[in-house]
Amino acid sequence: MAESKTVTLNMGPQHPSTHGVLRVIVELDGETVVRAEPVVGYLHTGIEKTMESKLYYKALPCTDRMDYLAPMSNNLGYCLAVEKLMDIEIPEKVKWARVCLAELTRLNSHLVWLGTHAIDLGAMSMLLYTFRERELILDIYEACGGQRMMTSYIRIGGLAHELPADFDKKVRSLIKVIREKLHDYETLLTDNEIFINRTRDVAVISAEDAIAWSLTGPMLRGSGVKYDVRKANPYSGYENFDFEVPIGKKGDAYDRYLVRLEEMRQSLNIAEQALDGMPEGPYRAHVPGVVLPPKEDILYKMESMIFHFKIITDGFTAPKGSVYQAIESPKGEIGFFITGDGTNRPRRVRVRPPSFINLAALPKLCAGRLFSDVVCAIGSTDIVLGEVDR
Amino acid sequence: MEQFGDAVLDHSEFRGDVSYTIKAERLTEICEALQGDARLDVKLLSDITCVDWLGDEQEEKKGRFEVVYNLYSIGHCYRFFLKVRLDTDDLKVSSLVDLWPGANWMEREVWDLFGIEFVGHPQLTKILTPDELEGHPLRKDYPLTWEQPQFSFNKDAPPEVIK
Repeated sequence: MAESKTVTLNMGPQHPSTHGVLRVIVELDGETVVRAEPVVGYLHTGIEKTMESKLYYKALPCTDRMDYLAPMSNNLGYCLAVEKLMDIEIPEKVKWARVCLAELTRLNSHLVWLGTHAIDLGAMSMLLYTFRERELILDIYEACGGQRMMTSYIRIGGLAHELPADFDKKVRSLIKVIREKLHDYETLLTDNEIFINRTRDVAVISAEDAIAWSLTGPMLRGSGVKYDVRKANPYSGYENFDFEVPIGKKGDAYDRYLVRLEEMRQSLNIAEQALDGMPEGPYRAHVPGVVLPPKEDILYKMESMIFHFKIITDGFTAPKGSVYQAIESPKGEIGFFITGDGTNRPRRVRVRPPSFINLAALPKLCAGRLFSDVVCAIGSTDIVLGEVDR
Repeated sequence: MEQFGDAVLDHSEFRGDVSYTIKAERLTEICEALQGDARLDVKLLSDITCVDWLGDEQEEKKGRFEVVYNLYSIGHCYRFFLKVRLDTDDLKVSSLVDLWPGANWMEREVWDLFGIEFVGHPQLTKILTPDELEGHPLRKDYPLTWEQPQFSFNKDAPPEVIK
């Protein structure tokens, strides 16, 4: 009898289907994957260490640079965690604006995912379409924070500036466009036989396994577990919004595709509700000594200027204790675990990175499958290596 | 948590986050009981992390490193934290990979960045930092600007040209 030998193949780190610098060591028996082991860390920049060395409010720009496809979600998670630590009450208008922006961010991230996942599987044109629509969202980012990707628009205690004057109009026209385009995407992929063949029953994970592997977000919901932080532990006023949490049945790549597509529709609805119900009010909380006073006040009020100067140079002192704030980012549950120690710098900032933890299940998704399914498994996990490695 | 008696050293609540400090040697037993209890339904190990309390005398007395297990019940939408204190001379705690396969990478990360050894982990190797890097970067005594391995040099060791 012939001896059976396995071949070890190195995939990446520079490989277009790994969405960044991810290396996968694949052990193959013919075309079948015996073992797939992801190797990460190529983008490690010590973001947590950097954040621990900075004043609370100066650590904020680091959060944009982790999951660079969902900057506003990361900003929101960090700000909510610091606000929880400092026990700050946020004005209603800010909450609604944040929800609207967080949902636009979900769209942004899912659009990039949809384009890249489709291109991984051979549908080249999707990327062009989704990037065309993403551009509209980036325009809104630019109008708000002045930047297209590293926005840092959501700040501790509120927003960086007032929302732009034509925010409402711009977002509404964007919602209209994307709602139509979502339909177009579906005609391209949902009933596409090649796409179905590449994703149906591929990279399957059962509900029990998904929980045991600590998966969250669309990865977990694709397997039929209805866990969404927005519904389970509402933050930033999500309890006021009416939306559905889509779930899958089989837990394969196709189910996750359907879940993400439906999530985009729900995001459009939430963003619309946020615009409809947006109350009037200040764009930043009034908490002297902790939240920066509005720029207009600094020019005319002595106290505001003093507080501004003090916060910029010295920051604020946080009480001793640890808080954890989870939010539903496009990739899953992103959580910020912040430990204050009575000084003006955090003792510990831990980011619970959904990409990193979801990626850990890749060996489980690939084992026993064909080699070409590894690409599909990585794509449907939806990772951003900036967040995996931090 | 009462059922575990003297294994629970401390119980605290801060800003609505509930945490229990437990004895390190009882960790696996407690987690197994929590996971198996259908009433509690604690199935999701959300995260594992660590806090280095170097320089804070009051906290250091309890043990310099605080390993934090973030547990969540999907059925009851309830989160709480288990904390284990470890001292520098004995940085060992048992691994939870047998209970939660997802703990694998989280424990590797804590090992890599803090140097906590998880006993029973199948492959406790570096995950984020380069192989050449010595030490554990997230410890408070690891210098912020020290570059390892050195690509560009930095202010701790300026190259000859700068001098």
